[in-house]
Amino acid sequence: MGKIILKKVNKSFGATQVIPGIDLTIEDGEFVVFVGPSGCGKSTLLRLIAGLEDTTSGTIEIDGKDVTGAAPAKRGLAMVFQSYALYPHMSVAKNIAFPLKMAKMDQAAIDKKVTEAARVLNLTNYLERRPGQLSGGQRQRVAIGRAIVREPSAFLFDEPLSNLDAALRGTMRLEISELHHQLKTTMIYVTHDQVEAMTMADKIVVLNAGNIEQVGSPLDLYNKPDNLFVAGFIGSPRMNFVKGEAAKPYNAPTVGIRPEHIKLSKETGSWKGVVGVAEHLGSDTFLHVNVEGIGMLTVRADGDFPVTHGDIVWLTPDATRIHRFDDKGLAIR
Amino acid sequence: MARAVSTRRTVVFTIAAWIVALIIFFPILYTIITSFKSETEAIKGFNIIPSGTIESYQAVQAQSNYFKFFLNSVVLSLGSTLLALLIAVPAAWSMAFSPTAKTKDILMWMLSTKMMPAVAVLVPIYLIFRDTGLLDSRIGLTVMLTMINLPIVIWMLYTYFREIPGEILEAARMDGASLWGEIVYVLTPMAVPGIASTMLLNIILAWNEAFWTIRLTTTNAAPLTAFIASFSSPQGLFWAKLSAASTLAIAPILIMGWFSQKQLVRGLTFGAVK
Repeated sequence: MGKIILKKVNKSFGATQVIPGIDLTIEDGEFVVFVGPSGCGKSTLLRLIAGLEDTTSGTIEIDGKDVTGAAPAKRGLAMVFQSYALYPHMSVAKNIAFPLKMAKMDQAAIDKKVTEAARVLNLTNYLERRPGQLSGGQRQRVAIGRAIVREPSAFLFDEPLSNLDAALRGTMRLEISELHHQLKTTMIYVTHDQVEAMTMADKIVVLNAGNIEQVGSPLDLYNKPDNLFVAGFIGSPRMNFVKGEAAKPYNAPTVGIRPEHIKLSKETGSWKGVVGVAEHLGSDTFLHVNVEGIGMLTVRADGDFPVTHGDIVWLTPDATRIHRFDDKGLAIR
Repeated sequence: MARAVSTRRTVVFTIAAWIVALIIFFPILYTIITSFKSETEAIKGFNIIPSGTIESYQAVQAQSNYFKFFLNSVVLSLGSTLLALLIAVPAAWSMAFSPTAKTKDILMWMLSTKMMPAVAVLVPIYLIFRDTGLLDSRIGLTVMLTMINLPIVIWMLYTYFREIPGEILEAARMDGASLWGEIVYVLTPMAVPGIASTMLLNIILAWNEAFWTIRLTTTNAAPLTAFIASFSSPQGLFWAKLSAASTLAIAPILIMGWFSQKQLVRGLTFGAVK
């Protein structure tokens, strides 16, 4: 079980308020991702749940029990850190066994669990090595192993993949998702990378300056962002925002249109623009087009769309995929 | 690609390094050489080939009992080091892991006591020692040496503890370790190399301390520094005997330093490069 409820959770460091007051319910077995730019309070929120920071006011409940003042060890959670935080003087086996040893489990049961965790995480051949002799990916697997053996009520991940290279990050992302399907345990995952958030989450919590901007499934956030911040943060490349005259036909001060929802033509369309930089990814090409009276817009084209710097193109936004925002930046629906 | 260094340059640099090293080491070497000369040989002038006599050593041992001084040096340096660690480990620990706004100031204040010339407090300290009956006592001198080296010991340990990533301690806390478990299973094993090299350095500093050890002792608690000093008598200098005494005094620490040089260098450069 691992249902976590935050009620008016507030955190201040001295006079600085980092989290002004958050209400959030995380269901048992959910994969929840906290995403936001650096300094938005997502790591602090995770550390409050873990018990590594004291809550200034408000309550945290895990499975119906108020744990606001409880020590980290008493909350039944396991955490995977960005720096892996392995014990450098212990072998891989001892690292994984550490929480069990602290729980005073008998040696035979510890050995059995360590062997099983090592098998699941492909670490069987490395059990006798020290963390210093492992690659980044292997270290992160040891850290995950150390979390798994405790059978926690929830896993907390604090930007666990940001120290890995791009290729490994992709693989580990899949492994963690797969692990979630196998274990069906609540996972809370903090990242600043919206791709990780979109691909892994059941539910995304978008944070900005300590406030929750929106909570929803990845596709909810993509299709129906509540405000300009979420609209700009979720989706890659980011949404184009159009203001002023060009937005008037849509009856809104600001409209947003994603690069993939703009039709591109060499002959005709609503907006005329000059092609600037073209980023060829093979499958797609992202064109940065300078449109008269609007400015730079990013447009997705097919990978083989024939275009060079300085060409004239015509853009037509898909009217059904236009997002409208009012003066305060909130979505008009 | 690494920068190519010509063989000639390597040779030149190697020779230059050896010359510099020899210049620095020469006073110690010449002391050792002189200790194997007779007194007449020693005053004759510069000569790096001794006759090889050990009469100075015999004379030194006959005149004063080397082992009594040696024992005092061992007791004082080990005693003051253990006492200093006993105070410095918790102090550095709390400053490294739960610093307050004033921690930096306290560290600076402690270091500033090392900037004051020792002679400035000679009279008050001497009077305190006299009035409390600590003059020429091992206990008094152990406390004195502890106080002198404490700032350095705290600073070194503080630097070491600061290098231990906080996340590892947090991981231990998440893993269910109590404060005791955290200290025994995680912190101490990670800090042992740091504590060991701090201990080594402090033993050397205490062993070599000559200002207070000579002034606050006469016979009972006098360590090897006082042993050397006793051979520079008003009746004139006996170079060979003085050299023999010096060699005997520095030999133990030289041997210890030789065997632990790896830890010492690591200790002194710790944190300089990641």
